[in-house]
Amino acid sequence: MAEDQYKPHPSRDDAAEFRYHRRAFLVMMALFLVAPMVVYPVFVMKALCFALFACAFNLLLGFGGLLSFGHAMFLGMAGYVSAHAAKVWGFPPEFAILAGTAAATVLGVFAGLLAIRRQGIYFAMITLALAQMVFFFSLQAPFTGGEDGIQAVPRGTFLGFLDLTNTYVLYYVVLAIFTAGFLLIYRIIHSPFGQVLKAIRENEPRATSLGYRTDHYKLAAFVLSAGLAGLAGATKAIVFQLASLTDVHWSMSGEVVLMTLLGGMGTIFGPVVGAFAIIAMENYLAELGSWFTITQGAIFVVCVLAFRRGILGELEAWLRRRRAG
Amino acid sequence: MNFKRKLLSAALLALTAGAANAQISGNVVKIGVLNDQSGTYADLAGPGSTLAAKMAVEDFKAQNKGFTTPIEVIAADHQNKPDVGSQIARKWFDSDGVDVIVDLPTSSVALAVNQIAKEKGKAAIISTGASSDLTGKACTPNTVHWTYDTWQLANGTGSAIVKTGGDSWFFLTADYAFGHALERDTEAVVLKSGGKVLGKVRHPFPSADFSSFLLQAQASKAKIIGLANAGADTTNAIKQAAEFGIVKGGQNLAGLLVFLTDVHALGLEKAQGLIFTESFYWDLNDQTRAWSKRYGAQHGGKMPSMGQAGVYAGVLHYLKAVAAAKTDDGTKVVAKMKELPTDDPLFGKGSIRADGRKIHNSYLFEVKKPSESKGPWDYYKLRATVPADQAFRPMAEGGCPLVAAK
Amino acid sequence: MTEIFGKPLPVIMGQMLIGLINGSFYALLSLGLAVIFGLLNIINFTHGAQYMMGAFAAYFLLNKLGVNYWWALLLAPLAVGATGVIIERLMLSKLYKLDHLYGLLLTFGLALIFQGAFRHQFGSAGLPYSIPESLSGGQNLGFMFLPNYRAWVIVASLTVCLGTWFVIERTKLGAYLRAATENPSMVQAFGVNVPRMITLTYGFGVALAALAGVMAAPIYQVNPLMGADTIIVVFAVVVIGGMGSIMGAVVTGFGLGIIEGLTKVFYPEASNTVIFVIMAIVLMIRPQGLFGSR
Repeated sequence: MAEDQYKPHPSRDDAAEFRYHRRAFLVMMALFLVAPMVVYPVFVMKALCFALFACAFNLLLGFGGLLSFGHAMFLGMAGYVSAHAAKVWGFPPEFAILAGTAAATVLGVFAGLLAIRRQGIYFAMITLALAQMVFFFSLQAPFTGGEDGIQAVPRGTFLGFLDLTNTYVLYYVVLAIFTAGFLLIYRIIHSPFGQVLKAIRENEPRATSLGYRTDHYKLAAFVLSAGLAGLAGATKAIVFQLASLTDVHWSMSGEVVLMTLLGGMGTIFGPVVGAFAIIAMENYLAELGSWFTITQGAIFVVCVLAFRRGILGELEAWLRRRRAG
Repeated sequence: MNFKRKLLSAALLALTAGAANAQISGNVVKIGVLNDQSGTYADLAGPGSTLAAKMAVEDFKAQNKGFTTPIEVIAADHQNKPDVGSQIARKWFDSDGVDVIVDLPTSSVALAVNQIAKEKGKAAIISTGASSDLTGKACTPNTVHWTYDTWQLANGTGSAIVKTGGDSWFFLTADYAFGHALERDTEAVVLKSGGKVLGKVRHPFPSADFSSFLLQAQASKAKIIGLANAGADTTNAIKQAAEFGIVKGGQNLAGLLVFLTDVHALGLEKAQGLIFTESFYWDLNDQTRAWSKRYGAQHGGKMPSMGQAGVYAGVLHYLKAVAAAKTDDGTKVVAKMKELPTDDPLFGKGSIRADGRKIHNSYLFEVKKPSESKGPWDYYKLRATVPADQAFRPMAEGGCPLVAAK
Repeated sequence: MTEIFGKPLPVIMGQMLIGLINGSFYALLSLGLAVIFGLLNIINFTHGAQYMMGAFAAYFLLNKLGVNYWWALLLAPLAVGATGVIIERLMLSKLYKLDHLYGLLLTFGLALIFQGAFRHQFGSAGLPYSIPESLSGGQNLGFMFLPNYRAWVIVASLTVCLGTWFVIERTKLGAYLRAATENPSMVQAFGVNVPRMITLTYGFGVALAALAGVMAAPIYQVNPLMGADTIIVVFAVVVIGGMGSIMGAVVTGFGLGIIEGLTKVFYPEASNTVIFVIMAIVLMIRPQGLFGSR
């Protein structure tokens, strides 16, 4: 990928970067803790699920340099499995969510094995085609309920004592899941594994010549990203008590690319910002129907042509320029 | 929390005001039209349904001068997606003070909102939604299913066609739950009425190209090709059947879910000879003609589909029940709706069963040849009328828990 | 009656012919993608939307201007191709120095805009477009009834595909094109205006999509979303064929159409997925695609 686009920012000063991340994280958490008092909590929960989805996607694109155009398959499949587990098998919510995540991880292994054989554009097209296959499977398989989806999924009691039918309890459980996923991604990016991943992104032949089995690293990143996307999808199914075809459709794959691109790919907080922006837009433009699609398309075009670092990327660049000058 | 607060304020209101309108939450009856405003079903539901709901409010006010509480109609687009639909429904019930949601095309969305209405103690009047599960295993005390359902269409079309000589069938079925259900219900009726099924083919959903499935249907030599699909799939199949000369070759197409607006989009040249069941047609009698003219005058000359007619009739009856029950509490109003006999210009006199099923006549239509049509929107000829007591699935067979409990 | 796997032979022949018709569309669309990819190194995600715009252009020409199908076959691709030229000049040309994925994202965004705009304007119920008078009716081939229009689609598509192949592989213009694909700066140094060539190539690829759209209009409903799902199948076709050769795109397009047609007889439930399954198998055995080169 083009060099200047993906670098988070020069890590001249790792300690300063860490301080910046910690401060930003605390601000974000503070906002999320009080959010349900101010905003309609169901809306924030939806945005949190998508934020986790976008972060998982960003792990693959922003740090692994792999553009998947089929990530909806993990979100949607995990949603179906978790909804089915909770409704038909009577799993408590925490196990239903784990089952969904596990299913997405397994799917990630298979899709990853096929997709990482090719790079760049081919990789994008292959993931898209695989996701389309999963879409048709979801449409026809009896357990997904076809067009109806799996409805009236019980929310149940989390860990045996948190009653999720209470919106506020549910909200903080979702927030906890999001935070855990978010921190895990942060940890992965800053681990030796994450460093190798970045090396592969910058220059794959060199990483190979240094003795790294690049395919293994790429597959691992793909599977991790799939699993975390699955966590988001499984949680979403419990929150909305519904798993439907929308979440496996290719337009959902496009939406998560948009969130990441808009927020700033390769930044830590960008996908969260992007997800909230898009979900808010969806919320307020829903009445406009097709205008929402047009707006989405326009944001894509603007981002690609003029705004490649995304909201957070531009903001960070501006801050750095100010500090430097 | 929000809900509790609202309950509390409603209770306070009831204590302090004590007037006739005391039980109306927010002192306004708010009707939410939730349907497809821009997609595949925008023509047969969409803005036309919103207009129908508004006309019902006008007519109700004109007839009930004593009812002074304001009535509001709002609309939103669920894009045929159950997740979008259920989010709008939750938001409407939770924070926008909507008392009843009407229309609800696309069974998946209808089933989702059906659940939410029950959970929140509000009302749902489903008109364009099709699934007969809504008054079967998914029935709730908060839902009325007004216009039609899959069982009715399958039954009406299946039995009437066999009776008029169409005794051998081939099914073209959309390969997902909805298509399977239509096929299953129709096949049962065809067999029961003494017909036989020569074959069936499952086509992927959605499909743009039906040529290969139509060839198989043609080769079967069945008299009737049953289209167990909906929307663009049905119109595409009909269009391509014309291309392959299927109707000219002596076979007839039977649509299991066809609307007036589909026929309009296809044109008579392609749709002629198509047989299907509906609950309403604008040209049935003087009353339906008069109302449809009024509707058309405000809607660019378009005639109403049965879904839009159902929205009008459903809203009218809902408002009568609100006035009679002196409350807009969803559960109580729906109970009142079932108690009161229904009477409106479009569906005539009828009733609502304990499982939420509205009962009225059902009609088998055939699309006219272009030469038979006298003008725009003159599309159907009536082939048979199924009387109200036979048109719908007997309550005992539906498996509705509400009925079993009694 | 001769039977193969329990299906009568005439049925199978009929389905193969039908498959060939669908293959005609796959071939035309993947050919356009391959031509664009060859020179621009961009996967044109807007291709499906441009196919749809071709069909709409035919609809407008007929209903607003009274221009018949035959002129639409010429005018609609020209008009849509012209919009392609504008897109290339204003947007795509800004991206050549960046990673190719940005081209994919840009064209994806454009596809959303076009599809959204047409849906907003015309709804998604679809508009009717009739088969031209001279091609209505059909032939009874004994094993099936073949509508004349469908026969025409096969012939027209084969002609266009072979013509394009001939121009690119056998003429001087094609030689420039292939050379520019290999080494643009060298060709530029020889005095060929490479940017203009790139622009026109994109316009031509888009025009091919629009041509497919015009040919599809009488068969399918003219619908804003008609290209949205088709394009994903065509992507799979392209992955299977490999981007290596023009001929590869054409042969794979027709071949997969026939395989899909056969699936509709033997196991119709899988006819939507069969191409993706083949793609997975090809990727496992030959990751560069059937006709691709490493």
